Amino acid sequence: MATRIYVPCETTALSMGADEVAGLIVHYAGIRGVDIELVRNGSRGLFWLEPLVEVETATGRIGYGPVEPDDIPGLVEAGLFEGQSDHPRFLGPVADIPYLKRQQRLTFSRIGITDPLSIADYRAHGGFNGLDKALLLSPQAIVDEVKASGLRGRGGAAFPTGIKWQTVHDEPWQQQKYIVCNADEGDSGTFADRLVMECDPYMLIEGMAIAGLAVGATQGFIYLRSEYPVAHRILENAIHRAEAEGYLGDDVRGSGRAFHLEVRLAAGAYICGEETSLLESLEGKRGLVRAKPPLPAIKGLFGQPTVVNNVLSFAAVPFILAQGGQAYADYGMGKSRGTLPIQLAGNIRQGGLIELAFGVSLKEILEDFGGGTFSGRPMKAVQVGGPLMAYMPESQWDTPMDYEAFGQLGAGIGHGGVVVFDDTVDMGEQARFAMEFCTVESCGKCTPCRIGSVRGVEVIDRLRAGENREANLALLEDLCETMVDGSLCAMGGMTPFPVQSVMKHFPDDLTA
Amino acid sequence: MLHYYDPSKTGPGMSGPNPDIDYGTPPSTSETLVSLSIDGTDIAVPEGTSVLRAATLAGINIPKLCASDNLEAFGSCRLCAVEIEGRRGYPASCTTPVSEGMAVTTQTGKLAKLRRNIMELYISDHPLDCLTCPANGNCELQDMAGAVGLREVRYGFEGENHLDADVDDSNPYFSFDPSKCIVCSRCVRACEEVQGTFALTIEGRGFDSKVVASQNDPFMDSECVSCGACVQACPTSTLMEKSVIDAGQPEHSVVTTCAYCGVGCSFKAEMKGDQLVRMVPYKGGDANHGHSCVKGRFAFGYATHKDRIKEPMIRDSINDPWKVVSWDEAITFSAKKLRDTQAKYGRESIGGITSSRCTNEETYLVQKLIRAAFGNNNTDTCARVCHSPTGFGLKTTMGESAGTQTFDSVMKADTMIVIGANPTDAHPVFASQMRKRLRQGAKLIVIDPRRIDLLKTPHGTEGIHLPLRPGTNVAMINALAHVVVTEGLEDKAFIESRCDPKHYNQWREFIAEERNSPEALEAITGVPADLVRQAARAYGEAGNGAIYYGLGVTEHSQGSTMVMGIANLAMATGNIGREGVGVNPLRGQNNVQGSCDMGSFPHELPGYQHVGDPEVRARFQDDWGVTIDDEPGLRIPNMFDAAIAGSFKAMYVQGEDIAQSDPNTQHVEAALSALDCLIVQDIFLNETAKYAHVLLPGSTFLEKNGTFTNAERRINRVRKVMAPVAGLEDWEVTMALSNALGYPMHYNHPSDIMDEIARLTPTFTGVSYAKLDELGSIQWPCNEAHPDGTPTMHTLDFPIGKGRFAVTEYVASEEKTNRRFPLLLTTGRILSQYNVGAQTRRTRNSEWHHEDVLEIHPSDAELRGIREGDWLGITSRVGQTVLRARISDRMLPGVVYTTFHHPGSGANVITTDSSDWATNCPEYKVTAVQVEKVSQPSEWQRHFEQFDQRQLGLLKPGAGHAEPSDASALK
Repeated sequence: MATRIYVPCETTALSMGADEVAGLIVHYAGIRGVDIELVRNGSRGLFWLEPLVEVETATGRIGYGPVEPDDIPGLVEAGLFEGQSDHPRFLGPVADIPYLKRQQRLTFSRIGITDPLSIADYRAHGGFNGLDKALLLSPQAIVDEVKASGLRGRGGAAFPTGIKWQTVHDEPWQQQKYIVCNADEGDSGTFADRLVMECDPYMLIEGMAIAGLAVGATQGFIYLRSEYPVAHRILENAIHRAEAEGYLGDDVRGSGRAFHLEVRLAAGAYICGEETSLLESLEGKRGLVRAKPPLPAIKGLFGQPTVVNNVLSFAAVPFILAQGGQAYADYGMGKSRGTLPIQLAGNIRQGGLIELAFGVSLKEILEDFGGGTFSGRPMKAVQVGGPLMAYMPESQWDTPMDYEAFGQLGAGIGHGGVVVFDDTVDMGEQARFAMEFCTVESCGKCTPCRIGSVRGVEVIDRLRAGENREANLALLEDLCETMVDGSLCAMGGMTPFPVQSVMKHFPDDLTA
Repeated sequence: MLHYYDPSKTGPGMSGPNPDIDYGTPPSTSETLVSLSIDGTDIAVPEGTSVLRAATLAGINIPKLCASDNLEAFGSCRLCAVEIEGRRGYPASCTTPVSEGMAVTTQTGKLAKLRRNIMELYISDHPLDCLTCPANGNCELQDMAGAVGLREVRYGFEGENHLDADVDDSNPYFSFDPSKCIVCSRCVRACEEVQGTFALTIEGRGFDSKVVASQNDPFMDSECVSCGACVQACPTSTLMEKSVIDAGQPEHSVVTTCAYCGVGCSFKAEMKGDQLVRMVPYKGGDANHGHSCVKGRFAFGYATHKDRIKEPMIRDSINDPWKVVSWDEAITFSAKKLRDTQAKYGRESIGGITSSRCTNEETYLVQKLIRAAFGNNNTDTCARVCHSPTGFGLKTTMGESAGTQTFDSVMKADTMIVIGANPTDAHPVFASQMRKRLRQGAKLIVIDPRRIDLLKTPHGTEGIHLPLRPGTNVAMINALAHVVVTEGLEDKAFIESRCDPKHYNQWREFIAEERNSPEALEAITGVPADLVRQAARAYGEAGNGAIYYGLGVTEHSQGSTMVMGIANLAMATGNIGREGVGVNPLRGQNNVQGSCDMGSFPHELPGYQHVGDPEVRARFQDDWGVTIDDEPGLRIPNMFDAAIAGSFKAMYVQGEDIAQSDPNTQHVEAALSALDCLIVQDIFLNETAKYAHVLLPGSTFLEKNGTFTNAERRINRVRKVMAPVAGLEDWEVTMALSNALGYPMHYNHPSDIMDEIARLTPTFTGVSYAKLDELGSIQWPCNEAHPDGTPTMHTLDFPIGKGRFAVTEYVASEEKTNRRFPLLLTTGRILSQYNVGAQTRRTRNSEWHHEDVLEIHPSDAELRGIREGDWLGITSRVGQTVLRARISDRMLPGVVYTTFHHPGSGANVITTDSSDWATNCPEYKVTAVQVEKVSQPSEWQRHFEQFDQRQLGLLKPGAGHAEPSDASALK
């Protein structure tokens, strides 16, 4: 019987040489006359170990990593094909790696385990159970299940998903409705959306199809970040296969109900991750923010009722339907229910995906999982939730991961990205970067964001050059307030958060 | 509590919102009222109203820059932020709809600070040249800076900015100075939402966001159609009329009506003394709601052009130099000539032509002069050559010679059929409204040999184009009706209750015959049968189907038949008598409807009352104190024929250039040359005037009082903003001529004339200047039954009781192609030029269209070795002219197309005498021609050139001797 060997086909692994590694393994297997079955699986999300090669043995999947092409001859020599342990890259049973073992993977339970494009593999690991269940339920019952789960929008705004679905559900059914997936993942340090799409694409398809059934939408769109070519290829392939197998199309699983899905490549602008500019862009227009109301749930894509959710929100739904909303809600704390896929990045030794119930402290993530900085120097600041969120000083690292707890600090969890900085960081430069980022990515519609961000950079430059410290600090404070209070969307409205956090926690870095 | 039903203008007579106030966002049409309080003032407004609009209605002005009530709320400037009890943050009042019980505060310390800080950001990227800025005194940015109390810009002026941005002066009428732009997007949104051209966009993002035309092209090279909506929308001087840059801000304004097309837009003529600085479309205008096109908005310079005829002139022969004389002498000379002619050749030997460009009152007076002072019915008007079949066809079938709807009705249409009309060029402001409706999802069917621009409506639904062969309209309308009848798309209830059964049954039997099926007629129309069926279903199945048509319907040998065919189709589908439906002729000139209404035709007294009707005649005779001839007089083509035959010897032509606009120019020239006396009253030495013996200076619409009636029967006031260049308004000249002829007329003001019209015309009995001032405009009929006018006709019954279907047998035009003349020429309009071009050619509009060209299909061109720009000889059975080639696939092979805006083009040298069987409306739209490459102008053109030069020479000062004019003597 052939030995099954897994080499990830996910972007991080690929960028670390996974294709070459895979090629060499096949090459050496041929030379050695070993009968292997090479599976290109997804990533487990343990990025410092990529490429992570796994060999299936009687005792489970044995891991080797990070494997570089140069390592292959030695690994083969050391008994790679037999799962032998006599090599520095040997990691033992992958499932026992503490980083993975300590996680609570409800959503990401399959990533790295399955062949992302194999529907059989997906089904064998519980895939499409949620859809099967949903097909037996009334639309309202589906919405109720999502409400019961306590799921909140994982894109960053944390709006209760069930309530959003209810609004679209309650719009008259004799009209076209849409399901739109925001897959324009662009926050610094985030990659969980990409992992879903590259490693377990049917989960997203299933989640969106369930949403379609729940609200009466027959068409879905995935608005995919244009810099995700691997995800694009995999998604297109997966949709094609799901259509062929009757999971998508005019008659989903013989139910007589239709759900079609298309991928649309995004326009390459950060602002198109904002849901209303995303809709504009999806309609073929400039990615300009729309004023709300009307809510997209009532007048969304092409003016029709539309569910716009993040990849992670849809990805949580199959579990919720399969296991029940309560099973999901059993995890978490306070009003933050279920699990959060934390993405650990920046200056960190062990970056990767960490799915845990809400409530874990930031410190645990940084230390127990991250293992300290990559540089080995002390940590100085952590930015959670993307470039528009506050920089958190060490005094705040005990905070539990919980929307409300972070909110009280003027910080946020956002999409769950955690970016770590060591003590060499210039926080004044980081404050400037926040404004500069806004100058580059502002859609330009509203004045506080369009002009304010440019003036923000200039004022910070003056502060850092030591000009009129008091007056410029007061002006910067005023400007931040104007942007927060006056901006049309979160882009301009949140740009001041990192700046204000620097002014508050790292004031010495800001002025010369 | 204040109660606002908004829009309160649901019908004439109900006072609407004040057109001089910008309410910030468009009105909501909901009938559900929502109560809220704003700064402690309780107010009830329709559901869906924005907080900003509600506040404005309550008299509370919230600062704003990006909001304007002709544009959807945008929410970009953030100045209109308010506080709302129970809500977080500072929502923009423009994008926040009212809700029941809402408590809004518009002024707090926090809001004041926020607004001031936002304004500070604006001004940190704005030049501080207010004192020398053209918008000084009329700048919203300046006003808002004042309103929010901006006192300093702490950011300084050394930061990144756009102050060095280059000015784009390419457009002849307005300048674009991006250094003053605040990126409010009002111009972009106006181009999209109001005009529907989508020529403007914002390029780049963030601080690099900038307004650009097309793909960052100069305005003149872009898709911009120069409608002026962006200039109007601009709150700064970024987009500014060059006339204001030159002259400064106007100091007073007068609301009046545009004198170009049949849309009849209302404008504010903005003045400095008696100098017209700019024309600004008037939001209170019921036809245009504050929109305009390049002609009405900008092309008014002809009024003060050096070519204006400023003094009366006479001559004995057209080979003599003109002699400048006093008004008195000119009038006496004219009267004597007319009387002498009648003495010599009889009462019937003279006649006149009324103008579709002059006012109702002036037109009325000219036909009255002819009937009462000339003593015959030899009156006709240029509608003869455009919409006479409309009058005949609609009167026959539905009992009234007019369109059935308001323009606004199109906003309720589900399917619109456009036949033989090119609204984006010829009726641009209405076309913008059509495009708005098409963007909302209405279906479009175009029946036209040429692919018109309406089919290219951005974000509109995909239209069905039926590119039929010229001259096969009736076959097409029959095929459409055949599908309606045979596929069960008729509105049986309407037919049963509203139409005459005898006529209907005859028609139905006829139309259901297989020979009228799309399949049978495909060989004639050239349009695939299944496309015709699709179109018929789209119209027949629509909740509301509306038909709009133009001269492509009427100017055919079967023009009247086609109009009746249209009426048949509308009645068969029940698309008559409510909003969103109807049969709507798009009138070419500003007052075609009015000139027809005013009794210009030889057989009809004002109000389409037949001269053969003794009761009617008696009423007019009583009032006028004369005997009216009971026989209809000569039509224009009859006048020409009679002139050539020698029995018709003198003519009074007011504001109409028959030598250029009528078909078979050489025939017309022969007729004019045969006259003993031709009196032309016009603002320029037009082509007709070159054959004249008396030239009476006309007055432009800016120089007189009166009314125009547009294509929707809307009577609009024309108000004098400057003195007539030669001292007399046109009606005063006609009055003087009548008095000199011994038939006394005494009117002190055009309102006196309107009172007389109202007295004698049953459909006008309720019309008066006082009521026009009160209501703004009136759609006739306006009488006891309809005191405020009639927006929608035939709601309950037809003036003739039941609607009459008419059998419309298709008869091929005699103007056929053969080996000698293998192509069909059809004619049309272009946006920048108007009709014969006498006005627009004397403005900078000519920069868009400085010559007429012949559009020819690539395959026809290739066959003849023709390339773009080649000189082409175009020969018909009656004449030849030469035009430059433009290769275009907008027509099918076999069809060529041109315009007739330039007299030297000689488009009408080749059009023939073929005409409508019922009304003699010329068949301009079908002429069999051959086209070949040539190297020199045609013989006619060379003759034209010589004649033109000679006549201009005879006009020069010194050619005759000058005496001062004495207008006052005649008043």
